[in-house]
Amino acid sequence: MNIIVFSLMGLGILFAVIRMIVGPKLSDRVVSLDTVNMIVIGVIAVLATVLKNAMYLDVALIYAVLAFLETIVFARYLEGKKDGNS
Amino acid sequence: MEIVSYIFMTIGGIFFLLGGLGVLRMPDTFNRIQAGTKATTLGAFSTLIGVMFSNPSWIAKLIIIIVFVAITNPIGSSVIAKATYNSKNIPDNLVQDDLKERGEDNDSI
Repeated sequence: MNIIVFSLMGLGILFAVIRMIVGPKLSDRVVSLDTVNMIVIGVIAVLATVLKNAMYLDVALIYAVLAFLETIVFARYLEGKKDGNS
Repeated sequence: MEIVSYIFMTIGGIFFLLGGLGVLRMPDTFNRIQAGTKATTLGAFSTLIGVMFSNPSWIAKLIIIIVFVAITNPIGSSVIAKATYNSKNIPDNLVQDDLKERGEDNDSI
């Protein structure tokens, strides 16, 4: 039963990573990085259910904090580049 | 209880899949921001509610994560959209451009 949930999330990560590799502009890569981070939070939460260990929820919370800071920092870096290429 | 938990987790997984597919298939950056942020917000909500049905004693940590995701994910998408606009990465077929009509200097986020 869990294999269905993990497969769906893994396909979502795969599609977003393909966009991260292909993406023509830097902002596309930042968007796909944000998507991958959100899906990884869901994967960690389901992993806490499978392994029956509440510590993984702390890992998910810290990962959410770091993902938010990562998005903000990459957006500031993106704003400095006026052409938006590569 | 387990069945309800698996139903919520599967709905969350489907929304994560659709978010990734939208990021892959949408034509320009602003559409990708819409698809990649809104779908994954709802997917994270549904997955965490499924975990909450599976283990009801973890409800405090899960509510903290849900509130944090609900606050930070729209802020992140808004910041990415503003930075994309300011880096002059604008598609040619825009119908309306309100920031240009206001004529302000949009240097800060």
